[in-house]
Amino acid sequence: MSVKVFERPKALSDVIFHYCPGCTHGVIHRLVAEAIDELGVQGKTIGVASVGCSVLAYNYFNVDFQQAAHGRAPAVATGIKRCLPDRTVFTYQGDGDLASIGTAEIVHAAMRGENITVIFVNNAIYGMTGGQMAPTTLIGQSTTTSPGGRKPERAGRPIRMSEMLSQLEGAAYIARVSTHNAAQVARAKQAIKKAFQAQADKKGFAMVEVLSTCPTNWGMTPREALKWLEENMLPVYPLGELKTEPGLPEPSAVKTTVPTREVKTE
Amino acid sequence: MVRDSRQVKGGTSLDKKVAFDEDRCKGCELCIEACPKEIIHLAEHFNSKGFHPATVTAEDQAKCTTCLLCARMCPDTVIEIFRPDRVAR
Repeated sequence: MSVKVFERPKALSDVIFHYCPGCTHGVIHRLVAEAIDELGVQGKTIGVASVGCSVLAYNYFNVDFQQAAHGRAPAVATGIKRCLPDRTVFTYQGDGDLASIGTAEIVHAAMRGENITVIFVNNAIYGMTGGQMAPTTLIGQSTTTSPGGRKPERAGRPIRMSEMLSQLEGAAYIARVSTHNAAQVARAKQAIKKAFQAQADKKGFAMVEVLSTCPTNWGMTPREALKWLEENMLPVYPLGELKTEPGLPEPSAVKTTVPTREVKTE
Repeated sequence: MVRDSRQVKGGTSLDKKVAFDEDRCKGCELCIEACPKEIIHLAEHFNSKGFHPATVTAEDQAKCTTCLLCARMCPDTVIEIFRPDRVAR
């Protein structure tokens, strides 16, 4: 008898992702789905998709979904959560969506302390539209709209959304995690689960910023992209929990369970 | 494209610890990067999407420690892990 110790979470639909090979969107989708599974809230979860590569998230999560206008996912989530306060409401947004066109919506949702969970995927570039410079693009990083590298005197410096939002009193849980190796992925999972738990405990606004790769638009192989993230993005975007409301469990106290299913073998 | 992920290619057997759902794989090699035993490689053949899928030879299945690192890094949930003769964690 062997036991299945790792399988696709039930909150993910049985569909092949459209993401490019090696894009860590797929990892983050799985972590969110695992958190939904483990908290047992699949039947009452409503997701809000952004505009960007994750625009088709409604095809991939086996929960109710609403597509919002570009950057407006926190505003739509606010409406859903206020109408249906017993539901688990989360938004899944990229950096072009959340940190650029959607800055007003995310800042004010956090300021109001809306009891929603935000998954913020930061890959330092506009992925879907072809690799343009984003507010999160690193200094010197070349993109299609900054071919000579981002210059601070012209385009400013990368915006740190997590640090910014953690200053607001309405924010209950703000963390920045990464996906560049399996250990960090496990930590990312704990943070995402805590962000959903914060919503269940009615603590207020919770956001997890997940550093992600974009091998296609960075112009690297997926393996090189993981190294590039570790070497270049981590110094600009330090990992860790920036804000933890008292009452949330410590990271080590969050029990990570692996879905198990017995498989009959001869 | 909707598919049934429960059908693992090649079926499941006692000695198979790591199973790849080949048609999901995009050959990104993140599992190869993660594997501490360095037993994962890309197959010679193509899958239905035109990628060389990641695989582990039947002999190398015995070297797998079921550490889950490849499955945790896989962006397309290609990998399922089986732990023989042990209770679920």
